[in-house]
Amino acid sequence: MLKINQLHKSYPIGDSSLHVLKGIDLKVEAGEMVAIMGSSGSGKSTLLNIIGMLDEADSGDYILDGLPIKDLTEKKAAVYRNKFLGFIFQSFNLINYKNALENVALPLYYQGMKRKERQEKALFHLEKVGLADWAQHLPKELSGGQNQRVAIARALAANPKLLLADEPTGALDTTTSYEIMAFIQQLNDEGKTILMVTHEEDIANMCKRIVRLRDGVIMEDKKVEQVRAEQYV
Amino acid sequence: MFKFLFDRDTWQEVFDSFGKNKLRSILTMVGVWWGILLLIGLLGSARGLENSFNRLFGDFATNSVFVWGESTGKPFKGFQEGRRVRLSLTDAKKIEENVEGIEFVLPRSQQSVAVTRNFLSGTFQMAGDYPLLDELQKKKLIHGRFINQNDIDDNKKVAVISEDTYKQLFEKDEKAVDQYIEVNNINFKVVGVFEVSNVNMGPSTDIHVPFTTFQRIYNKGDRIGWMMITGKPEFNIKQIEKDAKLLLKNLNDIHPKDTRAFGSFNLGKEFAKVTGFLIGMQFLTWFVGIATLIAGVFAIGNILLITVKERTKEIGVRRALGATPFEIKRQIVVEAVFLTLVAGVIGIISGGWILIGLDAAFGQGEDAAIVNASVSIAVVFIALVILVILGTLIGLIPAFKATSVKPIEALREE
Repeated sequence: MLKINQLHKSYPIGDSSLHVLKGIDLKVEAGEMVAIMGSSGSGKSTLLNIIGMLDEADSGDYILDGLPIKDLTEKKAAVYRNKFLGFIFQSFNLINYKNALENVALPLYYQGMKRKERQEKALFHLEKVGLADWAQHLPKELSGGQNQRVAIARALAANPKLLLADEPTGALDTTTSYEIMAFIQQLNDEGKTILMVTHEEDIANMCKRIVRLRDGVIMEDKKVEQVRAEQYV
Repeated sequence: MFKFLFDRDTWQEVFDSFGKNKLRSILTMVGVWWGILLLIGLLGSARGLENSFNRLFGDFATNSVFVWGESTGKPFKGFQEGRRVRLSLTDAKKIEENVEGIEFVLPRSQQSVAVTRNFLSGTFQMAGDYPLLDELQKKKLIHGRFINQNDIDDNKKVAVISEDTYKQLFEKDEKAVDQYIEVNNINFKVVGVFEVSNVNMGPSTDIHVPFTTFQRIYNKGDRIGWMMITGKPEFNIKQIEKDAKLLLKNLNDIHPKDTRAFGSFNLGKEFAKVTGFLIGMQFLTWFVGIATLIAGVFAIGNILLITVKERTKEIGVRRALGATPFEIKRQIVVEAVFLTLVAGVIGIISGGWILIGLDAAFGQGEDAAIVNASVSIAVVFIALVILVILGTLIGLIPAFKATSVKPIEALREE
């Protein structure tokens, strides 16, 4: 599904530069659920952004589903993001003046889907996250957990191959976090490949594999026994 | 390509972004609104003034020059300088026959006379005229008629008097037509009363009598007071004036370079000045209007720039979800054009109201200063096209700004 070879990335800071990723090798198979862990500054977010085509590596290869991701124009990157990737952010990043349904339908809009079809599909995904009754509500009228579920529905709307989550539970309390995790696990059970960045051990343990980063290199890459989140809910 | 313009979502986005910044958007639109308002208001007023001028001059053959004799300034062919030059009917006829581009040559004579009627009397300017005068300087007749060819042929003692003359010589509500007035002990029958026009070309006349009658009474013979030469519209009246004067000098034994022998008043030249002034005013109006418009459009660009800055994160999210830079730019340009157009249309409408107001205040009656103040549909259309072009151009600035930020940086923005 995803293959990364000797990935390097550095950011210029004034005159010098900060070497954030120092040769990352990573392979993720379809259906995996991987947690990327590390303290802040370890490069985990940068890695996720490069995988999400929001950022570009300085050197190294990145192949997504057999497609080399290199020297993309902004337009091509946008099309790939839309087609292959679903994003879940820590702060939900819903558009605050659009209701839940419109938010979920947004990726489909950029796919050029017709309005009616788009809304049907968006409603289907909202139903899946259990928020069909809240379709017409604005983000500010929903709780944090509900907002994150809307965001997940949005990430799923375009039926991406890979789901990228950047601290999906970072802004939520423990109970709600577990609810969201239970939901993400369920998606993984259905076959979605999921890559998430987190710094919380308990959340990471709910994945099937943990990759630990420190100072831009992978310290540890191990498969773990998945802790099911439902038992805490 | 323009399919997106009919997409509900495109407009949803525009209205959402407008609704989020209502006050600011409205304040911004004021700039464009004011520009268009000025443009329409000024252009309409300029047109109104022009119409008013045209109405005043419309009764005149403006392609005309008045020529009269003065004193020679150079000795010639044995004549000394300072000789009095008097024009004759023959001169007028020769000009009509020989100068190129002549429409009419109208000889006139005039002098001051004492007029009495019963116990009322006064001193008036009386002119001998041909019926043609009525065509060159339209007389507004309140009663009766102007002099006709019959009067000329039979040297009839008839008179057409001005309204003021009537008021001096007649009692209130008295009928003037078919009454007699006495000029130098000769009775003239009044056949018409005319209203004095606002614009007077040449000396003003109180009483018109047939030219032939006038010549005979005052023993003028062939001598005339002055002549009014009217050129065909396609001929330059300045050239006609030159040619006519040269011919007159030739006929009257005057040195060809003598500049003092004839006096003249070139109506065409004066009219061109007024027309030039009007054109200048229109140019100024366009200049002021469009300059204000540009300032207004820049204000819109400015506000969109701020809005884009505020929406950096949202734009980042959209791009993460698959919006291409082109789609983002297009959306912002549509917003810019929409704001300019709405402001422009409101400006056009309120400009129209101003013109209606002007028309009500100054546009009524015969001698209105502003007649039918209006702008043509073409002008409105041009203004709208300019707005769309300016709106697009100015929208491009925030549009490029919005996509110049990398999505990753945009997402980090708080």
